[in-house]
Amino acid sequence: MSALDWFVLLGTMIGIAAYGTWRTRHTDSLNTYLKGNHSTKWGTIGISVMATQASTITYLSLPGQAYENGIAFIQNYFGLPLALILVCAVFLPIYRKLGVYTAYEYLGQRFDQKTRLLGAGLFLLQRGIQAGITIYAPAIILSTAFGWRLDLTIVFTGLLAIVYTVTGGSAAVNLTQKWQMGVIFGGMITAFVILLSKLPDNATHLAGVMGKLQAVDYTPDPKLRYTFWSGLLGGFFLSLSYFGTDQTQVQRYIGGAALREGRLGLMFNALFKIPMQFFIVLLGALLFVFYQFQPDTPLVFNQSAWQRQLSGPAGAEFRALEERHTVLHAAKQEKIRAWTVAEQSGDPAAEAAARVELAAAQKASDALRKQARDTLYAAAPEAKKTRDSDYVFITFILTQLPHGVIGLLVAVMFASALSSKAGELNALGTTSTIDLWRAFRPLAAHDEARNVRNAKWFTAFWGVFAIGFALYVSFAENLIEALNIIASVFYPPLLGVFLVAFFLRKVGGTAVFWAAVATQLLLLGLFYFGKDTVAYLWLNPIGCAACVGFALLIQSLLPARPSAAT
Amino acid sequence: MKPAPENDPDDSPGVPGFRTWRGVYLFAFGCFLLVVIALTLFARFYA
Repeated sequence: MSALDWFVLLGTMIGIAAYGTWRTRHTDSLNTYLKGNHSTKWGTIGISVMATQASTITYLSLPGQAYENGIAFIQNYFGLPLALILVCAVFLPIYRKLGVYTAYEYLGQRFDQKTRLLGAGLFLLQRGIQAGITIYAPAIILSTAFGWRLDLTIVFTGLLAIVYTVTGGSAAVNLTQKWQMGVIFGGMITAFVILLSKLPDNATHLAGVMGKLQAVDYTPDPKLRYTFWSGLLGGFFLSLSYFGTDQTQVQRYIGGAALREGRLGLMFNALFKIPMQFFIVLLGALLFVFYQFQPDTPLVFNQSAWQRQLSGPAGAEFRALEERHTVLHAAKQEKIRAWTVAEQSGDPAAEAAARVELAAAQKASDALRKQARDTLYAAAPEAKKTRDSDYVFITFILTQLPHGVIGLLVAVMFASALSSKAGELNALGTTSTIDLWRAFRPLAAHDEARNVRNAKWFTAFWGVFAIGFALYVSFAENLIEALNIIASVFYPPLLGVFLVAFFLRKVGGTAVFWAAVATQLLLLGLFYFGKDTVAYLWLNPIGCAACVGFALLIQSLLPARPSAAT
Repeated sequence: MKPAPENDPDDSPGVPGFRTWRGVYLFAFGCFLLVVIALTLFARFYA
């Protein structure tokens, strides 16, 4: 990166963080600290909800995933608009009516203290882990690509988020997220336009022919990870859990000037989330086309790890792989040219024949890439911590974009890390204060200054916890999927508890508590022993249905409740 | 905890063209269907 890139990167990141800290430095009301300003409008809430959900992994890994496997991942978001409609119609009005700070506070009112603690505990457990991944994911990729020290990258990102989140709480998070999303949209659109300018006219058609644009798959096979059905049903329950019961999101929309603002903020996401994700995966599919025409397309995109092996003791083996790649890549380019000629000739038979040959060339190329990655992982096991596809977009940024824009795109990665991280810390600090500390010290609830002070300490604690987790734990699974898999294992019992709370008035706290515990054990068992039988998204409807079913069953075995209160 | 005054489930959304929240939800649902149809056609066109 040049001095200009550093100026853009540090200017935007530190500038936004400093502005957020300064503007919210006098936040001393608990309500404002935990829920944000009373005057917050739907636009801010909508942007804040979007910024919290989309972490760096969305902008860095997703294009790579589309490069590798096409845009089918978009189906994961099909359940989201439907879930948001339900949250708007049922969840949000109840939270606002009761004036709660956290979703789990509602569980305490509807059921009992142990169910509230279970809900808060499940949230803190899984979100605490995810906060570590949120900070680790961009750091490992950016530090590898730029040669930065991983630990310093993690600590810098974590501390920056801690400073303004602790200072201004929810108000600071909302304020900074607006600016960070501005940087993200600006950067991503700039990269997309530059990419388009470098593509041939038939780029989209070529991406389709090479199998990268299969957006929707209606195959009813539960083993397939991304289908219309798993996206609609699994995605619906996953989104309902996330937006309806995860404090990270609940905190973003329960504040605001009125109920209307929260609802419109969520509807904004219902309308624009899928188009936004489509834009990101399409970018990945078009990157694939771009690299088909480059003479020096890397065999492995994690070039820093690859180059180390090239100059190491087993360099001859790696050089042989590169030589084979050069031959195969040239042959594939020839097949692409042949297909283009056949397609323009208007002869369907010739086009079909050229397409078959192109597919065969792509298959050979894919096989070699896999062999190269396996060889790299055998020689350098630490390279396994990330997927090679995670480096596709960053490689494009570093090698194809002009200086200044590189800094802007790296700022996009940090802005997204900070915005989702801040939302998580804010929610973790709030839940710890309201559902743990205040629940065990009810007399302290009236001391507002003490509550704010404790919320700040808890927020800082979770920030340091996330940094520590990111520094000492390594992740092997694809990072964006790791987040979804953790959520799919821990969310369903929580959603089940909330659905029972909203819709099954006759079920009491004891029944739903033990139902949630039994469901959690069932899901952990399914996850460990049924990995090859059930794709992880299906754990969401299964777990949710199991929790509701268990609750009804246990309630029927318990003595009748004297009265059923809402 | 302070109960908020507003909570009529069908209060006016204050969005031009929509008199009830039900209308807003139906609009969002309709847009979702259109997006799925558009993506299906997109995938078929470029298959």
